[in-house]
Amino acid sequence: MLHYCLKRLATAFLVALFVSILSFFLIRMSGDVAIALAGEGARLEDIEAVRTSHGLDRPLIVQYLDWLGRAATGDFGNSLYFKSPVMELIADKIGNTVILSLAALLFALALGIPLGVLSAVYQGGLIDRLALGIAVVGQALPNFFFALILVMFFAVSLRWVPVSGSETWLHFVLPSIVLGYYITPPFMRIVRAGMVDALEMDFVRTARAKGLSKAKVVLKHALANALVPVVALSGVQLGHLLGGSIVIETIFALDGLGYLAYQSITHKDFPVTQVILLLLAITYVLLTLIADLINAWIDPRIRVS
Amino acid sequence: MTSAFLSPSASSAGAFINKVLSHRGLTLGLILLGIIVFMAVFAPLLVPHDPYDQDLARRMLPPFWNPRANPAHLLGTDNLGRDYLSRMIYGARISLLIGFSVMVISGLVGTGLGLLAGYFGGRVDLFITFIVTTRLAIPVVLVALAVVAFIGNSLLIVILVLGLLKWDRIAVVMRAATQQVRSLDYVAAAEAAGASVPRIILREVLPNVFPQLVVVATVEAASAILLEAALSFLGLGVQPPLPSWGLMISEAKTMMFFAFWTIALPGSMLALLVFAINLVGDGLRDLIVPKGRG
Repeated sequence: MLHYCLKRLATAFLVALFVSILSFFLIRMSGDVAIALAGEGARLEDIEAVRTSHGLDRPLIVQYLDWLGRAATGDFGNSLYFKSPVMELIADKIGNTVILSLAALLFALALGIPLGVLSAVYQGGLIDRLALGIAVVGQALPNFFFALILVMFFAVSLRWVPVSGSETWLHFVLPSIVLGYYITPPFMRIVRAGMVDALEMDFVRTARAKGLSKAKVVLKHALANALVPVVALSGVQLGHLLGGSIVIETIFALDGLGYLAYQSITHKDFPVTQVILLLLAITYVLLTLIADLINAWIDPRIRVS
Repeated sequence: MTSAFLSPSASSAGAFINKVLSHRGLTLGLILLGIIVFMAVFAPLLVPHDPYDQDLARRMLPPFWNPRANPAHLLGTDNLGRDYLSRMIYGARISLLIGFSVMVISGLVGTGLGLLAGYFGGRVDLFITFIVTTRLAIPVVLVALAVVAFIGNSLLIVILVLGLLKWDRIAVVMRAATQQVRSLDYVAAAEAAGASVPRIILREVLPNVFPQLVVVATVEAASAILLEAALSFLGLGVQPPLPSWGLMISEAKTMMFFAFWTIALPGSMLALLVFAINLVGDGLRDLIVPKGRG
């Protein structure tokens, strides 16, 4: 197990390092940073002055190592648009994104687990078909369009929740539902498959033979088994949520990392974009790492191969 | 396992068509997709108006179910007075072009990486797996938005960015499929006969992993169409005045409270197209991918 952990940790570290290199060079190649730093209407001399004062005339590899060295001490430079340190901006917004992601995950679990259980117990029944319908719609309906429909109904017509913003918990309801809806099908599928398997197993049959009621067998014995892979899947899906939150946070003007990413991109605020890209990548790597370790801990076959 | 899909001799082609027709989901998907492709191909002949023609005297006309509708504009007009039906029809061209081009680019990259990793194994496999893992860690939406914003938004850039980002799942599927084919007898026979490696990969391996490629590439085309729509919706995809369905939703969203159809029509077309492609992908998986390999 220790060997497996170390191997996975090393890979995760290498991936993070590689992403940092990619994000640095990608953004440097996409435009002249000195022009962006000097701001609009800067004269040619100003741009050259900025270039030398910020060390942008040095070879890219030197600049990257310099950036990495500062990043290691927590200094990611200043935002060009917001004029404040990147770290402060991110620390400011990350809370909202964490709340949104967890609320979306909670929604997906609250919808996916019962539907998965019921569609396994009543295979081919109404709920099984409903679950399939939810999955098919989720695959085809654009998430921003779904968000607009919910806004039309629940924010504009019914006025139950606000249209946009992030001041109160009510502001998080619609964005969490939209984000959560799109990660519900994997939970339904994995719970359904687990339940179908578990219901066939000997210990469940034994429990039934002992005269336990069907509901009790399903809930106590089969569900406990079917829920095991849900823990690891939550980690992976949480990683996927972060990427999707850019579109959804922007639609709802929810002041989190995704909205900050959108604002930094539209204002060509590359220091912020670069750090958010790196942060999202590292979070994804860590979450999938945790998921893999949980899986390996549960299933010894994984850590041997 | 070379399926009828690949060697359409007269009788097996007939058998395959029968199999397709007896699969309800696949038939429905092909019909829907066929209608949308027909719309896209014959758009100039089908549209009642030029989709780019503005007429400020006829702005925001309602669609035909509204009593104030103008019979010349069946689906009404947008806020610049452009005929909505014509823009909807031309929009099919953009979505299909995006889906197809991204599928080809990501298909080439993903298949190349998957074949190499699966065929050679060892260090090549380790290296390519690492590249795929890194790519998975990179948030597609953020990078696509950033590249389009920093370099410029055009249809070509959107296609290139999405094509060069969305090969990950194709590479994973192709790698696994190649590993399975690699261990089969006819590959060993070709090796023993002294065939060169490129020849073995292209002539023996590729035709046998092709069915899986078609299935996964279909799903990726659908997801590329949704991504382009999302990028265009955020204003960082294709440029106005192109009638991209995502862009049309974006342009109409300020008016959606009193003219809901302006977002409902392009949104439904997107969902319908993606639904059709997914049906075709799922149907093909049922028909051509051996059980347990999808």
